[in-house]
Amino acid sequence: MKKFISILSLICITLLSSSWVNAAADLDVNTPAISAIKNSMQTRHAQLNPHYNSGAIGLTADGLIAVRDTTAVPLKDRGGINSLVAAENGDRNALYKEIAAGNGHPEWAGEIRSTFASRWVDKAQSGWYYQSAGGWVKK
Amino acid sequence: MKKIGMTSMLTIAALIVLIPACVTINIYFPAAAAEKAADKIIDDVWQLKPGETMPVKPSALPEK
Repeated sequence: MKKFISILSLICITLLSSSWVNAAADLDVNTPAISAIKNSMQTRHAQLNPHYNSGAIGLTADGLIAVRDTTAVPLKDRGGINSLVAAENGDRNALYKEIAAGNGHPEWAGEIRSTFASRWVDKAQSGWYYQSAGGWVKK
Repeated sequence: MKKIGMTSMLTIAALIVLIPACVTINIYFPAAAAEKAADKIIDDVWQLKPGETMPVKPSALPEK
C-alpha cells in the first residue's frame, strides 16, 4: 500500500510539474541575433517616428509597415522613404524568424508574426494608422 | 524466471504515463509567452515604459 501511494504521488508530481513547466515556458528573446535586430530597429525608429505621427506610414496586418500616404512625407524624406520602410520590414521579417528559430521552433514564425501584429497595433500611439479589414484605420 | 511484482508493474506503468507527458510540453504554441516576448521587444524598440502605449506626441515635448 505504502509503495503504491509513493509511486502514485510520483506520477502526480511529474504530471503537475510538466504543466507548470508549460506555463512558465517563456520565449527567449535575449539571444545575440535577436538583440542585434532589435537594436537596429530601435535605432531606425527615431527616423520612422515622425512618419508614424504624420500618417505617412502605417502598421500592416502582417506585422510589417507600409507607406500609407506619400504626400504626408516631407519632400526631403521622400526619396529615402521606400528604402527606409523596406529596411524596417527586412528587420521585422528577420525578427519573427529568429525568435522562432532561436527557441527551437522555426515553424512558429507565422504565429509569432501574428502575435506581434496585434501587439504593435495595441501599443501604437493614438493618431497612428493601422490596417484592419482591408483598410487603414486611425487609432 | 522471476515473477514481476506489483511494485515493478507500477513502476513500468508510471514510466508509460510519464514519458508522453514529458514530450507533450513543447507541442503547443505558447501564446501567452509569445505575447510577453513581443511586448518586451516592442517596449525596447519604441522606448516605452513597460505597460504603456506611446507617450504624448513628441511634437509637444522637446526633441530628445
